[in-house]
Amino acid sequence: MAAKKKANKKTAAEKKAAEKAVAVTEAPAEPPPVEMVKIKVDGKEVEVPKMTKDWEGNPRPTTMLEACEIAGHDVPHYCYHKKLPVAGNCRMCLVEFGMPAMDRATRQPILNEDGTPRIDKMRLPYDPSLPRGAIACATPIAPGMEIYPSSDWTKQMREGILESLLINHPLDCPICDQAGECKLQEYSVEHGQAESQFAEVKVHKPKNVDLGPRINFDAERCVLCTRCIRFTKEIADDDALGIVNRGSYNTISTFPGKKFDNNYTLNTVDICPVGALTSKDFRFQMRVWFLKETKSICTDCGTGCNILVGSREEKIYRFEPRENDAVNSSWMCDSGRLNYKWVGREDRLAQVSGTRFTDRNQLGSWKVAIHEISEILRDAEQGSVAIVGSAKSTNEELYLLSQLAAKTGAITDAVQRLGSGDGFLSCEDKNPNSNGCRLTGFCFTEFGINTSKIEEGIKNGAIKTLIVFREDVTKQGIPVKLLKKLDHLIVSDLLPTKTTEHATYLLPGAAVMEKRGTMVNFKGRLQKFMKAVEAPGDARPEWEFLHELVFNVTGNNGYSTIEGLFNQMATDSKAFKELKWAEIGDTGVEVDI
Amino acid sequence: MPKEHRLILKHIDAEGYTRDIKCYMKNGGYKTLEKVLKSRGKKEGDKKYSPQEWLRQEVLASGLRGRGGAGFSCGLKWSFVDRRSGKPIYLICNADESEPGTFKDKQIIYKDPHQLIEGMIISCWANDVNLAYIYIRGEFVEGAQILEEALVEARKKNFLGNKVCGTDFKLDIHVHRGAGAYICGEETGLIESLEGKRAYPRIKPPYFPAVLGLYMCPTIVNNVETLCNVKHIAKMGSAKFAALGTPRNTGTRIVSLSGQIKNPGYYEVEVGHATLGELIFDKNFGGGLLDGHELQAIIPGGSSSKVLRAGEKFKVKKPGPDGKPVETEVDLLDLPYDFDSLMAAGTMSGSGAIIVMDDSTDIVEALANVAEFYAHESCGQCTPCREGSLWMSKALHRLTHGEGRKEDRAYLQRIATNIQGRTICAFGEACAWPVLSFMDKFGDEFEARGEAHEKAKETEVGGFVPHKVAASPDS
Repeated sequence: MAAKKKANKKTAAEKKAAEKAVAVTEAPAEPPPVEMVKIKVDGKEVEVPKMTKDWEGNPRPTTMLEACEIAGHDVPHYCYHKKLPVAGNCRMCLVEFGMPAMDRATRQPILNEDGTPRIDKMRLPYDPSLPRGAIACATPIAPGMEIYPSSDWTKQMREGILESLLINHPLDCPICDQAGECKLQEYSVEHGQAESQFAEVKVHKPKNVDLGPRINFDAERCVLCTRCIRFTKEIADDDALGIVNRGSYNTISTFPGKKFDNNYTLNTVDICPVGALTSKDFRFQMRVWFLKETKSICTDCGTGCNILVGSREEKIYRFEPRENDAVNSSWMCDSGRLNYKWVGREDRLAQVSGTRFTDRNQLGSWKVAIHEISEILRDAEQGSVAIVGSAKSTNEELYLLSQLAAKTGAITDAVQRLGSGDGFLSCEDKNPNSNGCRLTGFCFTEFGINTSKIEEGIKNGAIKTLIVFREDVTKQGIPVKLLKKLDHLIVSDLLPTKTTEHATYLLPGAAVMEKRGTMVNFKGRLQKFMKAVEAPGDARPEWEFLHELVFNVTGNNGYSTIEGLFNQMATDSKAFKELKWAEIGDTGVEVDI
Repeated sequence: MPKEHRLILKHIDAEGYTRDIKCYMKNGGYKTLEKVLKSRGKKEGDKKYSPQEWLRQEVLASGLRGRGGAGFSCGLKWSFVDRRSGKPIYLICNADESEPGTFKDKQIIYKDPHQLIEGMIISCWANDVNLAYIYIRGEFVEGAQILEEALVEARKKNFLGNKVCGTDFKLDIHVHRGAGAYICGEETGLIESLEGKRAYPRIKPPYFPAVLGLYMCPTIVNNVETLCNVKHIAKMGSAKFAALGTPRNTGTRIVSLSGQIKNPGYYEVEVGHATLGELIFDKNFGGGLLDGHELQAIIPGGSSSKVLRAGEKFKVKKPGPDGKPVETEVDLLDLPYDFDSLMAAGTMSGSGAIIVMDDSTDIVEALANVAEFYAHESCGQCTPCREGSLWMSKALHRLTHGEGRKEDRAYLQRIATNIQGRTICAFGEACAWPVLSFMDKFGDEFEARGEAHEKAKETEVGGFVPHKVAASPDS
């Protein structure tokens, strides 16, 4: 039913789009039937699609590794990464396989006595006249193929590769940052041997190499899978890394005298299967198994890269990209990734305050503040209130602010933030939720066009109350002198600014990582984020106290949970298509912008 | 008594023969090219062949097998080339002769470069190639200069350029010098190197040179000697060429003889017409071992081929009088020097380099030397070879420096077994097979060496054996 309903909606949307002559983003045609191939994995017959997409999204024959995955077998691998070109160098995914034997003369399959096709298999020890083990990551499947991902010979090959990888490895897990999320550790437990026969002196290579401003490199831990080289060349479009020396002395390196420094270097730390590349920011800070991982989004720009927030005991330690092919694939930029430290800053606003409280030598409290602000807004003359909101706020907060604006007839505005984009993940719009600002009806078109009107209104005394959320209006052309002229300046923010200094009521808010909510990225993807850590002190998520204000001022109720609030918002504003919180999922939903 | 049959080396070392184009043309050079360019197609039964198709057919029919090492049919290799892709087809002459013991291509390049160029032009014409490269070993500095000069001469005479010999066929050849890496002789490594990258061999599938070679275009990579043979096939016809040598092992081969023999050097013989013994002992060839010494071992096809021990006997299948294969026992020295006989003996004729070791050779030192070479030359791209080649070399270094162990024989065997058949290119086998075959045939000597070292250690004060792996306390 739900699917049908959705399908109907899609056609309706298409008609609308056609009328407006706007490009339809979703393909309306039924997908062509997928051609399937029958193969056997560990003796069990499975049907797998003949073609799958490669790292660039182009169709190519399905590989043995993908086929095994469909059949429920994980084939261990180091160099293979589904978002990178195939290298085939680690040999960890070697598997035993067989093909139906073919009579060369007649081109007919050779049958066993019982009529089943004879399968030609590899043999160990290696016999050059027979097929050899194949790397699952690069070998295409063929009809009748048999793959044995858990056979003895496959295991024997894996053991051999793992032993080779470990002989020159420093085995310094106790001091290695990768410990706990290291493929060398994991596969050693799963597929390795407990003992090595290695009786030689290990190869020594450079350690603690300053590869770039954010990357530290340990060549001895490196398994030379070349993921970092391929990522940097193919994805980050910066041919900065390469290999020097030969054989067992191979070492990853930058060009002589050059640093590994682009805005995507830290992704190489993520994809490094071992502890060779470490983040200077995160290394030695926290053992990864202590980290709680929370699904969130990056708010550094309008792209809204999906991330995992790694935190422990209310402290954020790192951001990592979370896969979402509609937004950021598996990557994120360094500037976004490192933009978390302000969250734990000492000077975060953590106490309800403002001139209202200091004047009377009285400690601020939510109870008093919300009560008094409610009264102010309820009694406000139509048009005597102005609201400056922020495209850094969530949809729910902006929706609640627009409710207040409607009730008080307030003039509203937000602040434009434009910077330079790089055509990849970093977007020109440095506000994370510009589209949310428009879709919730808080702002309609351009941001900043009402600021001069607000300024004028305060000057001529028409505007008596100014509500400011997450912005410093003194930087937007409303000088302190004018702020002092106001009867009431109600401000909510996270960090102190010129504006917060003069607030009558200062309400401490919560950062994205400290609350739940949704935002719409610059492409129109509605995405939700979860709470990773608690807000400091008395600070509260803005939507919480905003809903109290809205209830007190307008009498509207129903928003006491974020789910209920979102669902209400989605019903009220057409853009969100009556979506439910639960339907947004981890990777978001497209909305019409 | 077999004699040399000089086809490719015909003029080389002849008195008064120089490498310039004048001398080459005086001796019938470039006549075959002119003949080929004027040739018309052939009709055989229902099938009509274009002149190019016909020459390709001739090369296939001649049974020519690649002279670089693998001995793969040249005609078959050409038939795999993707001719419908619309992309240009490239031809590369593999002149990166680096296999230890091999010095045959060098003779051609240094002494008769125009023969190679003519062979290349004919091969290019047959395969619709308009741009070809000679990838020459970095150490052949003079060779590269010689080829450059020869190419200038050939261009002046219109054998190269936009109108080859006045026809519409267009061809240019460039010389590219390697930088001194053995792996550049591997065809896909060579292609990567030619593209200006690190010579990392490519994975196959999908990068078969015949389809996705140089600059992702169809590419033919042939050895110097193979390309010279193409000229002779075009000149004498496939039937006459195939009459040389033995069936399936046609034509002639240049054998590089080295080691402790009286007359080391290069000898061109009809394939399979001389036995290993004849090549080593006949006065036309090696002339026997140095006086007072006996044969210990032969490495029959470059250092990567499996070693053969003196006195070994092999069971080789040969066609009997009724045509059916009959298994006969053959002594090592009676083994005909051709592709198939050596394959049957469990080794290979490889690049045609026979290394003879007499009883004065320390077999452990010999293998340590070979292993050190492969450890040094491993490109390090894929795990088993990168780690395994140096591992073996280190173990052998111990065995030659008084630190051996009795168990090193099994230890080395195990390492080598874990390399072969698991790598991207054939280098894995090249470094594993010498070790495996030495362990197989001379294992006792390695074991004895290790044991001697252990004994010597035990008699030392303290009896400390540093490399002995202590038994785990748990077990």
